[in-house]
Amino acid sequence: MKTMLSIISNALCRMTGRNVAARVVVARSFTDFTPQVTFDIKKCDLHRLEEGPPLRAELTREQGLQYYHTMQTVRRMELKADQLYKQKIIRGFCHLYDGQEACAAGIEAAINLSDHLITAYRAHGFTYTRGVSVKEILAELTGRKGGVAKGKGGSMHMYAPHFYGGNGIVGAQVPVGAGIALACSYQGNNQLCVTLYGDGAANQGQIFETFNMAALWKLPCIFICENNKYGMGTAVERAAASTDYYKRGDFIPGLRVDGMDVLCVREATRFAAEHCRAGKGPIVMELQTYRYHGHSMSDPGVSYRTREEIQEVRSKSDPISMLKERMLANNMASAEEFKEIDIAIRKEVEEAAQFATLDPEPPLDELCDHIFHNEPPLEVRGTNPWSKLKSVS
Amino acid sequence: MASSLRSFLRSGKNVFLVLGRRRFHGSGSAAVQQEKLFPLLHVTVRDALNQAMDEELERDERVFLMGEEVAQYDGAYKVSRGLWKKYGDKRIIDTPISEMGFAGIAVGAAMAGLRPICEFMTFNFSMQAIDQVINSAAKTYYMSAGQQPVPIVFRGPNGASAGVAAQHSQCFAAWYAHCPGLKVVSPWNSEDARGLLKSAIRDDNPVVFLENELMYGVSFEMTEESQSKDFTIPIGKAKVERQGSHVTLVSHSRYVGHCLDAAAVLAKEGIECEVINLRTIRPMDVESIEASVMKTNHLVTVEGGWPQFGVGAEICARVMEGDSRTNSPTHLKETPPCKSRAAGVWNKSGMFSTSKGWPFRAFPQKSWLSLAFHILSQSAPPFPLEPLELLTTH
Repeated sequence: MKTMLSIISNALCRMTGRNVAARVVVARSFTDFTPQVTFDIKKCDLHRLEEGPPLRAELTREQGLQYYHTMQTVRRMELKADQLYKQKIIRGFCHLYDGQEACAAGIEAAINLSDHLITAYRAHGFTYTRGVSVKEILAELTGRKGGVAKGKGGSMHMYAPHFYGGNGIVGAQVPVGAGIALACSYQGNNQLCVTLYGDGAANQGQIFETFNMAALWKLPCIFICENNKYGMGTAVERAAASTDYYKRGDFIPGLRVDGMDVLCVREATRFAAEHCRAGKGPIVMELQTYRYHGHSMSDPGVSYRTREEIQEVRSKSDPISMLKERMLANNMASAEEFKEIDIAIRKEVEEAAQFATLDPEPPLDELCDHIFHNEPPLEVRGTNPWSKLKSVS
Repeated sequence: MASSLRSFLRSGKNVFLVLGRRRFHGSGSAAVQQEKLFPLLHVTVRDALNQAMDEELERDERVFLMGEEVAQYDGAYKVSRGLWKKYGDKRIIDTPISEMGFAGIAVGAAMAGLRPICEFMTFNFSMQAIDQVINSAAKTYYMSAGQQPVPIVFRGPNGASAGVAAQHSQCFAAWYAHCPGLKVVSPWNSEDARGLLKSAIRDDNPVVFLENELMYGVSFEMTEESQSKDFTIPIGKAKVERQGSHVTLVSHSRYVGHCLDAAAVLAKEGIECEVINLRTIRPMDVESIEASVMKTNHLVTVEGGWPQFGVGAEICARVMEGDSRTNSPTHLKETPPCKSRAAGVWNKSGMFSTSKGWPFRAFPQKSWLSLAFHILSQSAPPFPLEPLELLTTH
């Protein structure tokens, strides 16, 4: 069958002089692709654990395409945010997640939407994986009323069901995450909370207070340290006496995971989730990852690290490229399929950016809304004694 | 002394007898009341708080209490006595000494659907956790444009105690009341404590509930209505404790008692004070204060916080900016500005002296009397003020 097709396509090519073969090739049926492959993944370093996550991960074609789609969307969305920021359409804080996509995609692949997640300010990727559309994210970045928080939160304060942001104060989200886990165990709903923080935040005292209480009360909390090697501009060796972040939980078991491999992240998170749901208490995971951009849009990101380093990670460990190469090498999908996905994502992001640029800002009479919940409307003082504003719940 | 003893025996549950501090506030002397009316229920502020929490824990399964020593110790000041025995480890949680950690945990629990009561052993320790109260609790509903409410109560003793020195004596009413998104409540008597704590727990917003350690042992009469399980006092309304026509005294927490005492003394001289118990610091009931000032034309604010940038300063600013200046039926609008300044306001921060370790004493009667007289005659006091007063007004 295949040879017949290629003979015909070659003949057609010679006749028309155009490369018809390309389109013919795309018409291959799904049965031509490998439906599932088991990959070897890197072993995780363990702390206070007898066994770790499995060393082999199964990936189906559908899962692979889905992870690719998720990571590529986050990548393109962050690059578009970069562009909009440089055009001054986005202002204020903007902390980009490109390079770290495997973390968000891998974690979400291992938990349910009914589980809970809370992270710090580098939150756009998780906002997407937790179910908010690119359109609403970009519109929130540009501060328009179509944004997920109606333009009132901005980059660091986006929320969704069972997603608690987006938190601006470094490390403050960690006790809050443990509190969400407390609510899960109090309500007995078998849910857990994934609480993320960075290598910089890992030195915050409140995190150790939280570790203590989470271990004491066996809270179903997965503490994940996204170690991208730099806290703002301070390399981990200059900030931490011990850079083994997975061991910093001391009495809490820990895993160190390759955060650039989406399968590694997924398997480790699955392992951690089982640990929590079995009632064994909290667990710490360190994801070794990398961010291509600087700390935020006001940081070029090259004064404390070399361009060569960034280039090396991009060429050797890019999470999206790694997944794509794996799938192509094992005939799980075709290059054209990936291209189509890319085109579709590019279109989605472009439309979202258009919306984010053209949508109006929230109206001024909504400035004081949402101060209190379930309250009758109240009067708020404006900037001078004669200006009175209204606040609706 | 005899009446103290009698009421102690009658109430049956109050273990702490603070000699010389027990007061029964009502319209007449306690001994006379006990003979005339039958039976009066005297409840200490501590018991009122305890009952309120007990009833709310029973009413709603999502309510729970966490803090240092709240469970097995029965509460550092015994406010949560008996609750752990009744409700167990799940709902009354002893925490390690980690304010920032457990305040954050309480906020997270509130975000995920529970209704925590987070106790700070005193509000001085809440400074360790103030980031969680302000940035994680108060601001979240606004930043999420209404998606994420945080129904939490932060409670504990605030302000002065007896001789505990500067680090343990600060009043945080002004600090917390500065922040939108937060409600700040400061009860005085048992009825306030009970009704406001119930309202705070039932409120879907973060509430900072400022108690006072010296008030815990003080007993007050409570009406039958205020004993009902659904008795709540609305947050945001002040109460006029005593009607008067010559001068308005505005206060909150313990100092409402001081104002009523002073009013009783001044009444003998023919000066009728109107005493307003703020009950809520934020949102503040400015209308009640303005209505009173329009009647009396004189205002004194009394609080346990430092004068600069405080609750009293805010009240003065609002009264100066507000309608009472221009709409008063009598001569407030006719008096030249300097007179309003001289006549206007005086913050009394007596607790500052205790913080420095000087022996506590109640306001000398002489200074209250003279102060009121000079305010009313709109002149400066002719005698030098006692060093105590001078030092506290900076």
